[in-house]
Amino acid sequence: MRIRAQVAMVMNLDKCIGCHTCSVTCKQTWTNREGTEYVWFNNVETKPGIGYPKHYEDQERWKGGWKLDGKGRLVLRSGGRAKRLSRIFANPDLPSIDDYYEPATFDKDILVTAPAGLTDTPVKRPHSALTGEPMAVTWGANWEDSLGGQSGQDDPNLARMATKVKFEFEKTFMFHLPRICEHCLNPACVSACPSGAMYKREEDGIVLVDQDRCRGWRMCVSACPYKKVYVNHATGKAEKCTFCFPRIEAGQPTVCSETCVGRLRYLGIVLYDEDAVLAAASVEDEHELLDAQRAVFLDPDDPEVERAAREAGMADEWIDAAKRSPIRKLISEYKIALPLHPEYRTLPMVWYVPPLSPVLDAAGAAGRDDTDADDVFHTIRELRIPVEYLAELFTAGDTDAVSGVLMKLAAMRSYMRARTLDGTVAEELLDSIGMTGEQVEAMYRLLAIAKYDERYVIPAAHAKEAAALDAQAAGCSLDREGGPGMMTLTPVRGRS
Amino acid sequence: MTTLLWVVLPYACLAVFAAGHVWRWRHDQFGWTTHTSQLLESRLLRLGSPLFHLGAFGVIGGHAMGLLIPESLTERLGVPEDAYHVVSVGGGTVTGLMLVAGLSLLIARRFVNGRVRRVTTTMDKVLYACLAAMVVLGMTATVGKNLLGGGYDYRETIAVWFRGIFYFHPHSELMTGAPLVYQLHALGGFLFLALWPFTRLVHVWSAPMAYLWRPYVVYRGRRRPAPAPQPAPAAVRDAGRDPVSSGH
Repeated sequence: MRIRAQVAMVMNLDKCIGCHTCSVTCKQTWTNREGTEYVWFNNVETKPGIGYPKHYEDQERWKGGWKLDGKGRLVLRSGGRAKRLSRIFANPDLPSIDDYYEPATFDKDILVTAPAGLTDTPVKRPHSALTGEPMAVTWGANWEDSLGGQSGQDDPNLARMATKVKFEFEKTFMFHLPRICEHCLNPACVSACPSGAMYKREEDGIVLVDQDRCRGWRMCVSACPYKKVYVNHATGKAEKCTFCFPRIEAGQPTVCSETCVGRLRYLGIVLYDEDAVLAAASVEDEHELLDAQRAVFLDPDDPEVERAAREAGMADEWIDAAKRSPIRKLISEYKIALPLHPEYRTLPMVWYVPPLSPVLDAAGAAGRDDTDADDVFHTIRELRIPVEYLAELFTAGDTDAVSGVLMKLAAMRSYMRARTLDGTVAEELLDSIGMTGEQVEAMYRLLAIAKYDERYVIPAAHAKEAAALDAQAAGCSLDREGGPGMMTLTPVRGRS
Repeated sequence: MTTLLWVVLPYACLAVFAAGHVWRWRHDQFGWTTHTSQLLESRLLRLGSPLFHLGAFGVIGGHAMGLLIPESLTERLGVPEDAYHVVSVGGGTVTGLMLVAGLSLLIARRFVNGRVRRVTTTMDKVLYACLAAMVVLGMTATVGKNLLGGGYDYRETIAVWFRGIFYFHPHSELMTGAPLVYQLHALGGFLFLALWPFTRLVHVWSAPMAYLWRPYVVYRGRRRPAPAPQPAPAAVRDAGRDPVSSGH
């Protein structure tokens, strides 16, 4: 057993209102530079939808992530090492910038420089940030927001479903899906990087690109099935979500978490066994991948695990944080958080509490009582569409697994409703989901009213290391040319 | 003049080549990249780039063969002069044409596509111009002189001079009798080497062969110590707030 700690995130999708505050604050912090105009380390998609970049979930086309070969061995979907090097001169799986969108800027000058006395009001027009030419804005990172446009039916997840979804107004459903880098346990991007510039940090599992060692071979971009590694077209290097590591090291939550209006993000430590990763990612049955990944995680309350962690040199505050981790509770104890697309076999570490709202909407539309657990249970069992869709996203199509989570959420609602309104305890509800009243109330507290310190349990970096202050004297490592400098701001070169 | 052109200039260029690389490696790791523009334009690149690179491998291999292998060695191995000529002119023409086609596509791409044109730096333009000039001179020599013309045995003059540079025994007099196109190509070649470390060509030295045997997932510890621990987030947020009214 090789024990490691991983900083992980869970997002409770029922609480996401699609306000994009996380995306905007992330962009202001990390990617408002030349070359990264089109890059959103954090984006919020409306599902069903084709996403950003377009159709990124269609791995037949993009060849992202891992698959099992004929002999059951884990291989990158885009091929082995020699094949990758043979395609280094032109990567056939690389999305073009039009698969993201052509970034635009506006000639706002005209608003103040237009001569007085014009009969027409001056209008600022969009110009391409790539060519400087006037352009029509026809796509963007959230073009399909709230089912806008007609692209929802092209969602690759819908194509895989047994039940066909009709996009009729009365029957439709939607929810928001905020996405960042998954900081996977078995990252395909790191595995595809020819230069070895991408790495997973030993201390906290954060996946980073060494900007000084990246040579621009752009294999990481196509290997990531979530398309969360980007080419900076000004520097010619790969960039990605850093999990806001300077903040995490200081014991603070990421910018997207900190600024989340719905307070739907949770951050914490998960302990895992690095030696178990490969076997878990190689499980044959895709429906077993969820449990296989859960089995990689270690229980910090187990004295054996605690001893091993200490032997591996893990600090007390890290072990303590692992014990108090909201992530561990949501993933391993309550088992209501699910990974996004486990079938990519990267063992992602940003998990989601699936939204109950599409099911509640369906229950309402079917004339049922969406506050009654039995009615909701019936809807989950009978109305296949929202459940099958959620299963494609979170359980590799296993509807039983996703139904189980939805039933827990529905039961929790009913249970707490009865407790609050008339003080009764619905024992049969508890039996149906296999949880105790105490657990359900603790789960309710974590999902509904958890305070800042309960949602974000982040130990500061190792105290012994932290004592060395020379790093600060040497300046900030992000403060360099082409980088998201935090001490001095380089103005973005004018484009229009 | 002969000494200046065929002795001083090659050594000066080689010195710039070596020192330039040391300087660039030490001071510009961040700029050491292929500077890919495939994101911006893929259609022409997918044809042009492999043609150019594979052609370049062939051309570089051909130069190594022609310049580094002494004529005496092929004679001793019993390779007839005709066979050598067929291989060198044939191989040179095929890989040279690949290089010409690839380079033309890549240059055209920089002119035609506004997005790529916009990210083309001055150094890129200089590099493309030099590459084009070198390729034109080289193809003139191979196709014009050796395939269509009477032929010129560079192995008795240019190759000997070239090897002499590395033995610190350059026979500059051997170059004075070479045809002009060969002279220009040789001089251009050394000037091109001097330009090399300051262009995106440095990516050649980062050809990722180690990828073939390294473990897939790379783990790395923090190189620098982490910053000092900060006060708990809630404490920062609540600082200055009335503790009683700080309801969440």
